Amino acid sequence: MSGFAHGVHPPDNKHYTEKLPIRRYPFPRRVVLPLSQHIGAPSRALVAVGDRVQRGQLIANPGGFVSTALHASVTGTVVEIAPYRVSSGALVPSIVIETDPFDAQRLEERPPLDPSALNNKDFVQHIQMAGIVGLGGAAFPSHVKYAVPEGKRIEHLVINGAECEPFLTCDHRVMLESPEQVMGGIAIVAERLGVRSTHVGIEDNKPDAVEALRRAGGGKGNIQVDALHVKYPQGAEKMLIKAIHGREVPAGKLPLELGMVVNNVGTMAAIYDYFQTGKPLIERVLTVTGPGVAEPANLLVPLGTSVREILEYCGIKPEVTQVIMGGPMMGQPLAELDVPVQKGTSGLLVLTKAGMAKEYACIRCGRCLEACPELLNPQLLAKLARGGRWEETESRAFVFDCIECGSCSYACPSGIPIVQLIKTSKAELRKRQRAK
Amino acid sequence: MPGAIVTAVGIMGGLGLGFATVLAVAYRFLKVEEDPRVAQVESMLPSTNCGACGQPGCAAFAEALVAGRVVPSGCTVSSAAAIESIAELLGVDAGGALKRVARVHCAGGTAESRAPSTYQGHASCRSAALVSGGGKGCTWGCLGLADCAASCGFDAIVMNANGLPVIDPDKCTACGDCVDACPKDLIEIVPIDKPIFVQCAALSKGEEAMAECAVACDGCGRCAADAPTGLIEMVNNLPRVHYELDIPHTADPTLRCPTGAIRWVTGLQYNAESDSRRKHGLPR
Ligand code: SF4
Ligand code: SF4
Ligand code: SF4
Repeated sequence: MSGFAHGVHPPDNKHYTEKLPIRRYPFPRRVVLPLSQHIGAPSRALVAVGDRVQRGQLIANPGGFVSTALHASVTGTVVEIAPYRVSSGALVPSIVIETDPFDAQRLEERPPLDPSALNNKDFVQHIQMAGIVGLGGAAFPSHVKYAVPEGKRIEHLVINGAECEPFLTCDHRVMLESPEQVMGGIAIVAERLGVRSTHVGIEDNKPDAVEALRRAGGGKGNIQVDALHVKYPQGAEKMLIKAIHGREVPAGKLPLELGMVVNNVGTMAAIYDYFQTGKPLIERVLTVTGPGVAEPANLLVPLGTSVREILEYCGIKPEVTQVIMGGPMMGQPLAELDVPVQKGTSGLLVLTKAGMAKEYACIRCGRCLEACPELLNPQLLAKLARGGRWEETESRAFVFDCIECGSCSYACPSGIPIVQLIKTSKAELRKRQRAK
Repeated sequence: MPGAIVTAVGIMGGLGLGFATVLAVAYRFLKVEEDPRVAQVESMLPSTNCGACGQPGCAAFAEALVAGRVVPSGCTVSSAAAIESIAELLGVDAGGALKRVARVHCAGGTAESRAPSTYQGHASCRSAALVSGGGKGCTWGCLGLADCAASCGFDAIVMNANGLPVIDPDKCTACGDCVDACPKDLIEIVPIDKPIFVQCAALSKGEEAMAECAVACDGCGRCAADAPTGLIEMVNNLPRVHYELDIPHTADPTLRCPTGAIRWVTGLQYNAESDSRRKHGLPR
């Protein structure tokens, strides 16, 4: 294992939840299902207000190829289709379902479907119609990765079990508790893509997960389970490929360029479940953690459950100052708790200390340069962005190569919100591109 | 030794003389005749190079003026007197461009609007807008972190104690820089002789809007009903004023507004104390 260059070592803080088995969260009274929980075109609603829907029923079709289906996460009645606020602060048209309190919330199962009996096009369509997206956080529709363009071949499958974000333990628990599902999903995808090798990358602070996957069949044939030295951001696609294969994805390109596909372990389990029972993506495991939670937990939560309800369920301490959706490095701080859990929600982190460090001037120490796994110059990026020199962040400092991992901000002794300045610049440049 | 110095001086002097000759010849024969009026007009322009006229800068505008492609009043920075004298010099009509100013479609400062959380981080509206919307209850409202004020090259914008940008119409040249700066797209350049203005951008309706902000437009449509036909149209729960149709009007449409979201704005939009409702004796 060659590892990847630079990176940081934040305290992993996984002790809150790593030993806690996944529990099912009770069905909420109502769910809010945004039509855009993934990267790409929003889904198109198929139901109307007043319709009765079954848990697992298709309620929205994909709005294009890079888009995915959406299913009811509870049995109940559609009471509203209206814009609702989501974690990003945007208003997104959403389907609101009121749960039928007298229903058993059973899921219709169908006999297992043999994926190898499907042709490529049907396979891709099945995954799309199952609403499956990357569960690592980015929520990129998974089927797009399997629709390999003409003339390209996927040689290597890389499975991401690194879970390098501090605090989060949902992938860890999934690997421990459902290793068969994870390995089953891997087998399905590996066979479909016809890869030569499959590597599951897991950081070596999770030896039990490595063990569990090896017992479930990893390490045999051309499937390898690799224990990687802990370093943030190991779980970023490009870093993982570098750590496992020692190869670099060219700037601005996808892993596809090297004949590789990277998938998250949770996604693999979801794919396995779908082919076994027909269960679409209607719930996910998330970690509720941090010093501000009375009872930290790994919960299996129906999509659309309100963050506020989950936090009340786990109990938040009065001294809470901040709630972050996702992990501390890349997560999104929430301005309001009345937002739904979405397909990409991997955790809720509740903090008790005031958020931002006091900011000082840049002392040119270069620690951000040493931290950046993309080998960028974060100091320069921050300076240009602060001055509103958006074009230069692209032409002189390659702003679009930044993966927003936050290592630079973490490393900066002056408390400069470097990655936030970078994100601002990217948003500004994208706005200009759209205006053109 | 002295010989070397003499040689060096000789060579440098010779070179200098040679280049001077080349330049003198070039000046004599390759000269491009420029209309002297261009320089003259340029000296009469304010040299702010703000771009509000649509040209890359004052020099380019002067050239366009002399070429007759634009009219003097295209410069929104110059005073009326300066424009008149340019028009006189060129013997053209000054052009009847109206003074226009930037106005803000939001009156929900910290006193009027709900903020469920406090934003921390880089103090800029653009940055805050990316963090879960910026911490304001109203999705559309002003974040009050002064990106517009920072972008204004004429110091026309100051933030008031209530966290709202106050734009001075006398200093505003309608260059549009603040329009580009605002991540919430709240600023519009409007003709100053049509003071009717909607100070809200919230697309939510009725109670929902009012729950977030005391001065929100609740979408009742009374202003549209009271306005001359065509002046105000209700679009997505918000009145839109069709300034471009040039329909004569009075302050009547603003009178029955239950929240004060539509107002008759002359001079400053809100001032340092800013509670727009109380100031104007509006109900509630
Ligand atoms: S510049 Fe981007 S990629 Fe580099 S450390 Fe900062 S956030 Fe990560
Ligand atoms: S780590 Fe911070 S202080 Fe050091 S060079 Fe980078 S931006 Fe400047
Ligand atoms: S008007 Fe826009 S740019 Fe100006 S302070 Fe408000 S949100 Fe910021």
